[in-house]
Amino acid sequence: MPIHEQNLIRPENIITNEELEIDGIDVSGHWSTFIESRVVTDYNEDIEDEVAALPGGEYINRCWQCGSCTNSCTVNAVNPDFNPRFWIYLVRMGMESELLRDKDIIWQCVSCNKCTYSCPRDVNPEGVMKALSHWLELKGHTPKSPSMHFDEEFADQVFSTGKIEEGRVIRGFFQRTGQPLIQDWLVELVKRLIRHMPVKLLMTMGLANFVRPRTRDWGRAQAAIEEYVLERDAANRKALGLDAAGDH
Amino acid sequence: MSEQKDLKRVAYYPGCALEGTGHAYDRSTRAVGKELGLDLVEVENWNCCGAMEVKNIDPKLQTYLSSRVMSIASEDMGFDTVMAPCNGCYHNLKKAEYDLTNDPENVAVTERLSEKAGHPTYKPGSVETIHALDWLKRAIGEEGLKERITHSLKGLKIANYYGCMYTRPRHIFPEKDQGPGSESTLQPHFMDDLLEAAGAEIVDYPLKTACCGGAHTLSDSDTSTKLVLNLLEAADECDADIIATECPTCHSGLEMHQIRAETKLGKKTNAKIVYFTQLIGLALGMNARTVGIHENVSDSINFFREKGLA
Repeated sequence: MPIHEQNLIRPENIITNEELEIDGIDVSGHWSTFIESRVVTDYNEDIEDEVAALPGGEYINRCWQCGSCTNSCTVNAVNPDFNPRFWIYLVRMGMESELLRDKDIIWQCVSCNKCTYSCPRDVNPEGVMKALSHWLELKGHTPKSPSMHFDEEFADQVFSTGKIEEGRVIRGFFQRTGQPLIQDWLVELVKRLIRHMPVKLLMTMGLANFVRPRTRDWGRAQAAIEEYVLERDAANRKALGLDAAGDH
Repeated sequence: MSEQKDLKRVAYYPGCALEGTGHAYDRSTRAVGKELGLDLVEVENWNCCGAMEVKNIDPKLQTYLSSRVMSIASEDMGFDTVMAPCNGCYHNLKKAEYDLTNDPENVAVTERLSEKAGHPTYKPGSVETIHALDWLKRAIGEEGLKERITHSLKGLKIANYYGCMYTRPRHIFPEKDQGPGSESTLQPHFMDDLLEAAGAEIVDYPLKTACCGGAHTLSDSDTSTKLVLNLLEAADECDADIIATECPTCHSGLEMHQIRAETKLGKKTNAKIVYFTQLIGLALGMNARTVGIHENVSDSINFFREKGLA
């Protein structure tokens, strides 16, 4: 049995005694109960297979817990709670409730692929993070992450015209996530952008907002892609034991 | 890969970013190619490579989208080399090549979609995808470049920033890490080699392949700002005047979060962010406008004027 790592002090494990005296010594205050023995009974043995059924999660079973992924992780360096090795462990053990404690940060993987580069077992941890984010959303544990909104806005444009136009993606993303388009740092960015920019280029860029760049004769590709996406969504939902009605 | 291959005329895949925020990269790449007598023939009626976003929705769709670009370059246009200056496009075409060589499920999806879309299915091995760095390094090389330099970058201290997609994961870049002359995935040096040949002083920048958080530049801006600030502060620490970039996502991410770090965190950093093709263009004696210096958000015009380069 591998070492079960977790943050030892969690708020729910802390007990408080206003007045407690043991053997004549005052031990009142806050105590973490981490040494309390516990029995885990709520294993969800399906999680590993479900994550493995989603794109990117295929090789999760190869993991031997060396920790190279977490060690090299970009996001872990700015947020120590971001711990791919630990999450892979929890998925494989089926420790769902433990996993759900971190459900709101798993989508923050930046796909820098340092983990995939350093993994000695070709687990593709970057793919596992994406599969796990999808799993959390499909199972209804989390709402759609900002990243998923961005991916969907971007992909929808590619599927419908073959290309994207960045301004349109940005606007669509802000709209989907209910953010205002006018943000102080964005205003500053635009100010600096137009400082030296020739009028002709500005007009061309403005025009792109009305005349969408598109790949010619894209219709058949679009139809083929949309048909595939529907099939794939249904297959993913089926693998997770969900009914067929997706909302993509 | 054959070093002898003639790269004087290659298929050029700019990608969506180079028509938008990365316009200056497109402009400077074409201008440098023209100046050096290298012919870039744009892939006809290309589509998005799938980027990271479509890969996140479904990796096999990204493979298909990239394969269509390679199919047009090889089947319709008869090219054996596609040059993609954007790290994302370059990475995705390489990844598609790998997937279609090694994964039958990917092949099946690409065959099905290509057939329904009505174009030939891409046959792996038909084209070699190269980056703008490979292109200049192999078609011109350091010695060839030195001969053409009219305005040496002498006195410019440059930190070269390669980002993630140019080297990771290693398995999609079989030509890298092949000993002398090849690119290294751990310590890439093609940009160092070229800019050094152009006369610049290359600083020892430890974060060459660190991540700028480009994947979540808008969806998790605070994390991206932290990551970029780290890159910028490290460049300042190294006494670099310039961070040279070779990816439109990294470039605009660095520019955007340099401002965001200033506005939100009060952290001002000094490094100017410039595409490596712009720097090579200046060294070849080209006008700052021709290589699109004025299109950069990061303002370097006065700096280049002081140095006699603009």
